[in-house]
Amino acid sequence: MSLVADPKAPRPPRARPSRLTTRGNTELYGWVFMRASGVVLVVLIFGHLFVNLVAGEGVKAIDFGFVAGKWASPFWQVWDLLMLWLAMIHGTNGVRTIVNDYAEKDTTRMVLKGLLYLAFVVVVVLGTLVIFTFDPCPSGSPADLLPSFCTE
Amino acid sequence: MTAVAEAPAQKVGEVASFTVTMRVMRYLPDENGDAVPRWDEFQVESHGTDRVLDALHKIKWEQDGSLTFRRSCAHGVCGSDAMRINGRNRLACKTLLKDLDPSKPITVEPIKGLPVVKDLVVDMEPFFASYREIMPFLITTGNEPTKERLQSAAQRERFDDTTKCILCAACTSSCPVFWTDGQYFGPAAIVNAHRFIFDSRDEGGAQRLEILNDKEGVWRCRTTFNCTEACPRGIEVTKAIQEVKRAMITRAF
Repeated sequence: MSLVADPKAPRPPRARPSRLTTRGNTELYGWVFMRASGVVLVVLIFGHLFVNLVAGEGVKAIDFGFVAGKWASPFWQVWDLLMLWLAMIHGTNGVRTIVNDYAEKDTTRMVLKGLLYLAFVVVVVLGTLVIFTFDPCPSGSPADLLPSFCTE
Repeated sequence: MTAVAEAPAQKVGEVASFTVTMRVMRYLPDENGDAVPRWDEFQVESHGTDRVLDALHKIKWEQDGSLTFRRSCAHGVCGSDAMRINGRNRLACKTLLKDLDPSKPITVEPIKGLPVVKDLVVDMEPFFASYREIMPFLITTGNEPTKERLQSAAQRERFDDTTKCILCAACTSSCPVFWTDGQYFGPAAIVNAHRFIFDSRDEGGAQRLEILNDKEGVWRCRTTFNCTEACPRGIEVTKAIQEVKRAMITRAF
C-alpha cells in the first residue's frame, strides 16, 4: 500500500456544481455570430449609406417617394430586413454582455436584461411589419409626394 | 579604444541610497468582520539594489511588525507576493524600487477581486477553486508505458509558454471581468488548461474544453490584455486564451 493517493480515486464534488448547468455552446455560437454578423453589417450598412446619401442625387433625393420606391423592390426589402435583424441581434447581444460584465446585483441584471429584450422585440416586430406591410401608394395622397410608379 | 569613465560621481561598486515613501494599504477586520481599509505611510532607507519586498521587510522588521504580507522564495518563483504596486499587479520580489520613481510615494495594495484577509494577504481559495476545476494534471487512457512518454521538441514547444505559470494570481486579479463578480474562471485557470490541452501526451483535452466552454469560461474574455501586461513571467496570456477559443470553435464546426 502506498501513501500517495491514487489519482483515479473518487474526488470530492466540485466547489461550484452549478457550472455544469451553464455549459454548452450558447456562448460559443454567440461569439461566432458577433464576428460573422459584424462583417456582414459593415457591407450592409455602408451599402445602405452609399445608396441613400451618395449615389444619384445624393442626400437631397430622400423623401417618402424615395423610400417607398426602394421598398417596392424585393431586393431592398431583403437588404433592409437583414440589416434590421442582424443589427438588432448583434446590438442586443453586445449590450447583454455589457450588462453581464457590469451589473453586479442579480436584480439589476434581470431588470436591465428584461428592458433590453423588450426593446429588442418591439423594434424587430415593428420593423419587420413595416417592411412587409408597407403601402407605397396610400390613396388620397398628392401624387407629387409618391413614387413615380403609383400614377402609371 | 579604451572606454574612459568621466569623473564618476560615486565610487565604483557603491550603490546609490535614498529614502523612499511607502504608502501601504492596511486592513484588519475586528471580530464582527468589519473594518475600514486605511493607508499607512512609512519612510524607508533603501539602496538602488532594493526591491519592493526589501522595503516591506524593512517596515515589518524595523518599524511596524504588524504589517502582513505573503512571501516565500523572494526570488520570483514561488508566486506568493503578487501585489498591486503603483496601480499595477507585480511581484514585490521582482520590482526594483529605483524603477518605480522613488521620488514619489510608492503605493502597495493587495491584489483586487479576491477577499482581503489582512493587509496585503488575500484569500486565494476562489482562485485555486477555478484552477482545480480545469483538472491541472495529466489525463491518459490505457496502460501506463514502461518508459517515459516521449515527445518531440516541436510538440513540447507548442505549450512551452504556458508551462511558465507560477500561480501568483497577478493575471486573474488584474482582469476587469473577474473583478465584477469573481465567477469568471480567470486567465490563470485558462493558461493552465492550455498547458494540458496542447500537450501531445495528454488525452483530457476534450474534457477541459468542455469545462471552459462554460458561460463563465473563455467566452467572457474581452481581450483587454491586462493579464498579459500583468504576468511577471511574461506569458502571453491573452494569446493562450484565444488559442483555447480557436480550439473550441474548430471542435464545434
